[in-house]
Amino acid sequence: MRKYSVFAIAREAMRAHKGWDAQWISPEPRSAYDVIIIGAGGHGLGAAYYLAKQHGITNVAVIERGWLGGGNTGRNTTIIRSNYLYDESMDIYEHSLKLWEGLSQELNYNVMYSPRGVMMLSHNTHDQQSFKRHIHANRLYGIDNEWLTPEQAKAFCPPLDIAKTARYPINGAALQRRGGTARHDAVAWGYARAASDRGVHIIQNCEVTGIRRGPNGEVQGVETSKGFIGARKIGVSAAGHSSVVMQMAGVRVPLASNPLQALVSEPLKPIFPCVVMSNTVHAYISQSDKGELVIGAGTDQYNSYSQTGGLQIITHTLDAICELFPIFRRVKMMRQWGGITDNTPDRSPIQGVTPVPGLFVNCGWGTGGFKATPGSANLFAHLIATGAPHRLAAGLNLDRFRTGRLIDEAAAAAVAH
Amino acid sequence: MLLIHCPYCEEDRSELEFRWAGEAHIARPDAISEISDEEFAEYFFLRNNEKGLTYERWRHMHGCGRFFNAARDTVSDRFLMTYKAGLPKQPIPVAEERAAAAEEKTVETWEATEGDAR
Repeated sequence: MRKYSVFAIAREAMRAHKGWDAQWISPEPRSAYDVIIIGAGGHGLGAAYYLAKQHGITNVAVIERGWLGGGNTGRNTTIIRSNYLYDESMDIYEHSLKLWEGLSQELNYNVMYSPRGVMMLSHNTHDQQSFKRHIHANRLYGIDNEWLTPEQAKAFCPPLDIAKTARYPINGAALQRRGGTARHDAVAWGYARAASDRGVHIIQNCEVTGIRRGPNGEVQGVETSKGFIGARKIGVSAAGHSSVVMQMAGVRVPLASNPLQALVSEPLKPIFPCVVMSNTVHAYISQSDKGELVIGAGTDQYNSYSQTGGLQIITHTLDAICELFPIFRRVKMMRQWGGITDNTPDRSPIQGVTPVPGLFVNCGWGTGGFKATPGSANLFAHLIATGAPHRLAAGLNLDRFRTGRLIDEAAAAAVAH
Repeated sequence: MLLIHCPYCEEDRSELEFRWAGEAHIARPDAISEISDEEFAEYFFLRNNEKGLTYERWRHMHGCGRFFNAARDTVSDRFLMTYKAGLPKQPIPVAEERAAAAEEKTVETWEATEGDAR
């Protein structure tokens, strides 16, 4: 792999940019690998990268039904933060945030991580009590999070309307300054390039149709649209399709696949300096480097794999955006799309071993998996390599739905998060 | 937005009037305090989450208020049929019958039922 640098750009500028290599190779699959990862999103590609880099396992294939980064990795609103309430959540999201901070240098790929601050608006007494509880829990755990008065919130994000007569008045906000955004595609591409460079095979347009099991129930490999591929360890990282893939191995998982929509506006001059979330009125907004306002809406209420959602959901979000930021009332929306999120009953992810020997699962990231990409991938690689979960991900096991040891971020946030 | 046929009101109404209520035909175990943790997890948490045909419950929250069951395709979001709560899992009518039934039904509009839009 040729290193990307200012010298590489200068050298290529001299020769009409004809010397750039493909960022990753697209090989035909071998008959068998040490590890197969199903799903080439950020989590799957990242896990392959960390398997190769930290655990020395390079005979790895990442199998993808569509194209890499084409699922939820390319469909989210790129918000990064770690201000969760419970220890299990703080562990993994903070681990992830720390990896985000050095990710561009590590991958030699500009993932455009921008710690511009994530501000969560409080609209009522319940919000205020809940956010302050989060702030105190975070600070005791060594994670930055602070309370802002409405005036301080306005100073941090000038387009915000803090008038007492506003439709959704604000009584304060919680700010995590290290939170921010990153370029979603670049994360998938950066991991793909770095993994491919270490010998990982990324096999796109190859649908897994079955998981073959041996006499003792252990996995032997996957049936795919390109034939059988053997492996003694399989990691499933298939987001909204996780229950479909797990069903192939006869494992039921507590997931509901729901559409989640996002939309972007026409490009504007830089006007919005941070990320603002309002859980209470369901509005999530930031501005991309291209100038588009990136807006996240809520999930539809029913199970669906349609990658689209109801218009009333985004209308509801835009109603809230227009009330919170009256300056945006005449901005036109340019594109809208949906992704399929895999939601668990406690709205916390599942990462761990399964009842099937050799089969590992990383799913249930629901509406907030992008921020976890590096941390989840890093710990998933540890799980696959050693066969046991890392200390930071131990609580996210599948068994918690039997033991009742839930991580109830759903109740903590009182909303999908 | 989905258009949902309520089998009690016998009308196609907008999704805004309905609440999704999870997978259908899950029976609460009779002696729930005696079942094992595995059986409880199976009953309480584990779901089929089908890609394709699914049987699910809906509630006509802002209409008659009653629960009913529906068969829906989760890829196209098309409702194949709805039927009253308490009935067993219904067979899905074949495509021709569905098409014939759809032709018979008039699409309800405000103009058709309430008066003149002008």
